[in-house]
Amino acid sequence: MSRPGGGGESESAVSALELRGVSKTYGQGPGAVRALAGVDLSVRAGEMVAVMGPSGSGKSTLLTIAGSLEDPTSGEVLVCGMALAGMPRGRRARLRRRVIGYVFQDFNLLPGLTAAENAALPLELDGVPVPKARAAGLAALESLGVAGRAGWFPDQLSGGERQRVAIARAVVGDRRLLLADEPSGALDSVNAGEVMRLLHEACQRGVAAVVVTHDAQLAAWADRIVLLRDGRLTGTTTRPPGPESLLMPGETR
Amino acid sequence: MSVPHVLLALLSEGPKYGLQLREEFEAGTGEVWPLNVGQVYKTLGRLERDGLAESDGTGQDGPQKRYRITRRGEEALAAWLRTPPDLTSPPRDELVMKVLVAARVPDADAHEVIQAHRLYLLELMQQWTRLKEGEARDDLSLALVVDAEIFRLDAVIRWLDAADVRLARAAAAPPRPSPAAAPVPQLRRLGARR
Repeated sequence: MSRPGGGGESESAVSALELRGVSKTYGQGPGAVRALAGVDLSVRAGEMVAVMGPSGSGKSTLLTIAGSLEDPTSGEVLVCGMALAGMPRGRRARLRRRVIGYVFQDFNLLPGLTAAENAALPLELDGVPVPKARAAGLAALESLGVAGRAGWFPDQLSGGERQRVAIARAVVGDRRLLLADEPSGALDSVNAGEVMRLLHEACQRGVAAVVVTHDAQLAAWADRIVLLRDGRLTGTTTRPPGPESLLMPGETR
Repeated sequence: MSVPHVLLALLSEGPKYGLQLREEFEAGTGEVWPLNVGQVYKTLGRLERDGLAESDGTGQDGPQKRYRITRRGEEALAAWLRTPPDLTSPPRDELVMKVLVAARVPDADAHEVIQAHRLYLLELMQQWTRLKEGEARDDLSLALVVDAEIFRLDAVIRWLDAADVRLARAAAAPPRPSPAAAPVPQLRRLGARR
């Protein structure tokens, strides 16, 4: 497989995810529901974008379309510069397994597999030889600080550890795009923050992430927050100045 | 105001000089609330006057003077720690006022006003979160202050979300007969206390 984002263009020039005028309508006629309406969104490699909005605003639809699990009614989706429209089924499935990682609210770890086996699973499913897949799985566990739990089963792990393993599975190998839907929904606020810290660290290592959440505290970990309402992007934060601006020694605020 | 009691708390660890107190105050509050040295000496003077702290008594105010907490100071500190801050009447919040005004002024788009504030607050929250990610990892005081600020901003954002929904519903619903007069004077009275 050619490297994602390859084909001559430099990596920084190609967005990990690009949505161009993406609309999605479910059903037809008067009962039709428009979930997304002309959404433009570009996420660079290394960038973490949070999508916020009330329930029913189209957040989850945006994520399933970005992950090629659904097709838009109109508009274009490009993952690492590759257009999903017209891509053969097999190639698309391969892209989903190799380039895109998913983190779910309820972890979705397989109970009969160890942490290492869970982390290596997407690569094994993709036909990567087992020793190579396991090595990559271990490396992913290592990057999330849970290498010591490699041989443990999910029910032996704490909630926070399980989510770390789930993130390891999402970043294993050479993933370029992480898609996360309320990735810390089941965790307490300290552990939820920890999950966002880990996702942000993964982005600092070069992966791009789109995180859907209704929680402002969690969204605030992102480099950019976009607001969705009735299927439209209604606002985006501008790159905030560094935290230094909050602390001005010698001056009373 | 909490500065005198924080100084008393620092003095309860042992006798200290003014400059040292200033440094420890700032470090102990995550360096989020700077304190100028003049304020330190003024506060120490007042603590001494009230018998809550005493100095070495070399006469002159200034860096040479070392302060210690008195028995009464210790009692005052213990009492302060357990006294809840006055949260009984809602503060006259500028943002709440802006949204109330936006809801009434015919030309103002309340939704747009709310959205602008929401984005600004999210950006602020991102900055605090960067602190949490960086410096606050090794600084417990700073981590506590940062959490407090993030929770506060989060509450304001949630209020904006709720206000947004409430205003949208009110705009969609047919106008209702004006409510009984009682709740309005009640609200006014609460506001007038501050």
